[in-house]
Amino acid sequence: MADIRYVDAIRAALEDELAADEAVCLLGEDITLGGPFGATKGLVDRFGEWRIRNTPISEATVVGLAVGAALAGARPVVEVMFIDFITLAMDQLVNHAAKLRYMSGGALSVPLTIRAQFGATGGFGAHHSQSLEAWFAHVPGLRVLAPSTPADAYAALRAAIRADDPVLYLEHRGLYWQRGEQADPAAVDPWRVRVRRPGRDVTILAWSRMVPLSLEAADRLAEDGIEAEVVDLRALSPLDLEGIVASARRTRRVAVVHEAVTTGGLGAEIAAAITEAAFGDLAAPVLRIGAPFAPPPAGPELEALFVPSVDRVVEATRALVRGPAAASVGVSPAPA
Amino acid sequence: MTDDREALEPRADPLAILARMWLIRAFEEQVSALYGKGIIRGLLHLGIGQEGVAVGAASALRAGDLVFATHRAHAHALAKGVDPVRLLAELVGRTTGLCAGKGGSMHISAPEVGFVTATGIVGGNIPLAIGAAYASRARPDDRVALAFFGDGAGQTGSFHESLNIASLWRLPIVLVCENNGYAEFTPLSAHTNVERIATHASTYGIEAETVDGNDVVAVRDAVGRAAEAARGGGGPRFVEALTYRLRGHYEGDPAKYRELAELSDWRAKDPLTRYRDRLEADGLLDAEGTTIGRIEAEARRRVDSATREALDAPLPAPDDVTRHVYAS
Repeated sequence: MADIRYVDAIRAALEDELAADEAVCLLGEDITLGGPFGATKGLVDRFGEWRIRNTPISEATVVGLAVGAALAGARPVVEVMFIDFITLAMDQLVNHAAKLRYMSGGALSVPLTIRAQFGATGGFGAHHSQSLEAWFAHVPGLRVLAPSTPADAYAALRAAIRADDPVLYLEHRGLYWQRGEQADPAAVDPWRVRVRRPGRDVTILAWSRMVPLSLEAADRLAEDGIEAEVVDLRALSPLDLEGIVASARRTRRVAVVHEAVTTGGLGAEIAAAITEAAFGDLAAPVLRIGAPFAPPPAGPELEALFVPSVDRVVEATRALVRGPAAASVGVSPAPA
Repeated sequence: MTDDREALEPRADPLAILARMWLIRAFEEQVSALYGKGIIRGLLHLGIGQEGVAVGAASALRAGDLVFATHRAHAHALAKGVDPVRLLAELVGRTTGLCAGKGGSMHISAPEVGFVTATGIVGGNIPLAIGAAYASRARPDDRVALAFFGDGAGQTGSFHESLNIASLWRLPIVLVCENNGYAEFTPLSAHTNVERIATHASTYGIEAETVDGNDVVAVRDAVGRAAEAARGGGGPRFVEALTYRLRGHYEGDPAKYRELAELSDWRAKDPLTRYRDRLEADGLLDAEGTTIGRIEAEARRRVDSATREALDAPLPAPDDVTRHVYAS
């Protein structure tokens, strides 16, 4: 199949779901103009301005409005331009979208998708660069997806829209222009991990943009004779613990790589889950590689120090496999 | 007499309106008593004194219209036709409750009668109602959505954002403010210099009426006009109903922040008495009080039997605590 860019895979998934189901509608700021990254470009021409709805800058109400539309039979997809802006809509997402099925004893259903792009790249600063996925993975009732390839982005978005639960679908703008092969979406299960590179010595668990970075690190480690298995989580909530633990048991050493700060991050949850399930099989404690406990800085030099790099992943993983010679490299500074 | 598990449609008989108000009063007095005995636990916000707004508004809607209510929602729910047995079962945490015991007093859902949900977050239901109205407009269908909220919600961001979008998109929504003068323990005057919440509607170009909320007919007429205007493509309408809660903010609140004189003034304006007097003047009630006596006795009998049925229902099993988190 032909190559496709990540952002075009997202647009194709939206278009295909809009065409397949009249209940699907899109809401968000500037989306009739394509949004800042072109993910919704041209859709208004095909589906009209009621189904592709430009909204005021009112995140709290727009997300709540989408929840209400979902309760009334629609299948809305909201674009929250940057994940940082979702803080304004936390009440609607956490108190209403996530809980209405449970609080109603199953009488209500909220088939809602929130698309949001996250992560630090390009020096956008602390209000346009955060990685907040752990907050949402902490909320029962929400599902969280973070695909890393165009094929997964397409399949995951279609699955998110078809899910009868609220799904936070995380896109990384550092991946938007990456190309990848298209795949048959029926062959992709976005709720399960995918082993992107098999290896016997260590498992590197990652998601979204940290997956291609980890694959690059694995190639470098292979030059040193270390065979790393790179596992793409794809779903951050609920976690595919079976797939995670299976890889941990195979390699006996695990590094979790994420862009979020390590303190209270999803790596901590994953490390605890692996430890509880497979402590006896581990040759070393689970290692977390993430951002230091600081907001994302705007300056390019500082941002490069903030986001995990290939070098950091290589050195920390090598130390995890070979011993403590460089063990401190991967560990983030503790909060002051 | 109309079945109390039905919506009171705009053509409902005046005696059915009075009976529904009495059902709510009897229900609330019963749950207050059950709370006092520890049979109902948790947070309970009663609508005693505000029945005129609930029944007036709900009886102006069609059965298929969608209601989104507040933390003080028993009256709204019963007015829309929610089954009192299942509502009581919910308040005592039974599996037969409207929400299988998981919602409780503040999170009532009965979508089968158009009572979509209530919320524990002040102002949080207004965007939801706007969203249902958007779905009706986008589809399109001829349903109207109605949001109840209190004067306290008028100071939230969700309220203002929602009014703006409802107006901008001309959505079929009726916004009903139950202005009972108090946001939790604090009088409205301590939270805003805006005396009437309906004032905000004009900022967004939304037509508004302020009515006596303890006059069920005034509420019904105003909401009826608003709903039909919204249904006809006229965009949102705002109705502010001035009322008073005759109980504390929640059961157990001694409400020492209010003067006793104020309470007794409002007792004299009890919406049930007001409507009874009106029906008497219209010759719809006999002078001996037989009809009104029968309506009150029937409401209490209905609530008593609902209580027995609810308490006889099964309690949840351990597995139920994790059911309904996800669709599958």
